[in-house]
Amino acid sequence: MDFSLSKKEELFLQMIREFAENEVKPLAAEVDDEERFPMETVQKLGKLGVLGIPVPVQYGGQGGNNLMYGMAVEELSRACATTGVIVSAHTSLCMAPIMENGTEEQKMKYLPKLATGEWLGAFGLTEPNAGTDAAMQQTTAVDAGDKWILNGSKIFITNAGYAHVYIVMAMTDKTKGTKGISAFIVEKGMKGFSIGKKEKKMGIRGSATCELIFENCEVPKENLLGELGKGFSIAMKTLDGGRIGIAAQALGIAQGAMDATIKYTKERKQFGKAIAQFQNTQFQMADLETKVQAARLLVRSASYKKDMKLPYSADAAMAKLFAAETAMEVTTKCVQFHGGYGYTREYPVERMMRDAKITEIYEGTSEVQRMVIAGKLFK
Amino acid sequence: MKIVVCIKQVPDTTEIKINPVTGTLIRDGVPSIMNPDDKGGLEVALQLKDQFNAHVTVITMGPPQAEAILREALAMGADRAILLTDRKFAGADTLATSNALAGALRVIEHDLIITGRQAIDGDTAQVGPQIAEHLHLPQVSYVAGFEYDGKNTMQVKKENEDGYQLLEVQLPAVLTVLASAFKPRYMTVAGIINAYDAQEIEIWTADKIDVDENKLGLNGSPTRVKRSFTKAQKTAGEVFDLTPEESVNLIVAKLKEKFII
Repeated sequence: MDFSLSKKEELFLQMIREFAENEVKPLAAEVDDEERFPMETVQKLGKLGVLGIPVPVQYGGQGGNNLMYGMAVEELSRACATTGVIVSAHTSLCMAPIMENGTEEQKMKYLPKLATGEWLGAFGLTEPNAGTDAAMQQTTAVDAGDKWILNGSKIFITNAGYAHVYIVMAMTDKTKGTKGISAFIVEKGMKGFSIGKKEKKMGIRGSATCELIFENCEVPKENLLGELGKGFSIAMKTLDGGRIGIAAQALGIAQGAMDATIKYTKERKQFGKAIAQFQNTQFQMADLETKVQAARLLVRSASYKKDMKLPYSADAAMAKLFAAETAMEVTTKCVQFHGGYGYTREYPVERMMRDAKITEIYEGTSEVQRMVIAGKLFK
Repeated sequence: MKIVVCIKQVPDTTEIKINPVTGTLIRDGVPSIMNPDDKGGLEVALQLKDQFNAHVTVITMGPPQAEAILREALAMGADRAILLTDRKFAGADTLATSNALAGALRVIEHDLIITGRQAIDGDTAQVGPQIAEHLHLPQVSYVAGFEYDGKNTMQVKKENEDGYQLLEVQLPAVLTVLASAFKPRYMTVAGIINAYDAQEIEIWTADKIDVDENKLGLNGSPTRVKRSFTKAQKTAGEVFDLTPEESVNLIVAKLKEKFII
């Protein structure tokens, strides 16, 4: 068993680290403070190929693997969790279901523009009355002969407004329960599709989180993604992959907080010595570092299994559960190490602690991850 | 247009720490990087590739692990990479290094040769100018800007300590480039993947290049290191608050006292 990265992956890590350090980190505080979507960063990421890492070359992507994609989200989130989730939602929630379920025509139409960053992608499953109980979909899609007519709304949609392509779940046959849900590719500008209220959030404040509104929205017949009635299964499989992205985001936030705290505790002096020299600091930081490294191994192991086309659903759930809870614990303790300064916006750990919380909630709460893991244990 | 960029793998000196007991550099675990001025030189070549579809070759002389910076150069956009590696090159000073590189450059087609101004591990700034001399080519060192319209001459801005010169140079020529003037581009994801999956590093030994073997390696190196030492830590020094006239007198007296004048 080999735990080391290949030379190619190491060079990729060097590249994405340099980019995150020079282009992403300097904007992180401003993006958070002004709740500003970092469009300039997204454009740069597109040019470098970071928005199409696991997409095959024939569809305009880079032909990379999920391990590299996870490393990209981790390193970007280490500097700015907002930037990390933009890439994660775009890659895992929009391009992945098209790659896995799309027809050749759909792949050729959407993937090249998404993979190069010309278009950004999003995913709509959650509704006001369908959160963890995602089967309670109220958005409907009616077959109107030459097109589908969608009605309803989605909430908490990442990249909404900035995305061009939305993977949207809607009920096509209420009598069939989850087997009556289908997936659609909806494009910005389609008649009857609009963006609603933008949420004001605790963390990842630069990421756009909005409502999607469908009022007799006309979607072309050929935009059904996958088979009719397979939408719920597509959504669940999509979220399995998405969890690797969010786990990587949580891991990046935790690592960013560790970096900031190691620096701070070496500089900050109290009682005549650096607080890093106190054993309380050392022992607590040693425990946190151990958890961060364990989270990294879980994330990489889940990515590896996805790359090898092995079952990875429970692995992704474990990676997300552990990385998200680690991010929350690490950032909370890192604020504590900073004392009063850590509670101010002068230091990045305040933002990181707010950013960490969402990783325990979206793309399946920690409770849902436990359900997935237990489901595999007791099946 | 064919461009060859000479690059070097160096220890990342920003990561080097000094052993407080022995006063020597701790090199263990220090990462190796592409020399910053060389990366600036590669950026110049890639800008010419963007504008004139130039073909860019990167070359380095070093141990097998120097391959890493060649892959990085390919990932940034270089077309061809050559690693000069042979025991016969070992122990080379700047003259033997420039002889080896010039030997390789004699068998590589080129309209322009670019090197970094100097390497951060040696700071000699000699190899680029020496290459130009061996190949009898015009050279401009300390290049901080350029204009080129695709013809036989190039306008370059040469940085001096207290200003700059605008020069016109006939091609083929050798330019030595300042990192501070050319922010290198990032590698691209496709570039990284291709650098490992689609492109090859050419390995060249001494018999592949056009040079007298006596001019290579330790045998070809007239420089002898007599002694190396770490600069002793300076004492705090004295501060005087004097008029200009008194200051001059004090300085002259102190210099005489130490037999400097």
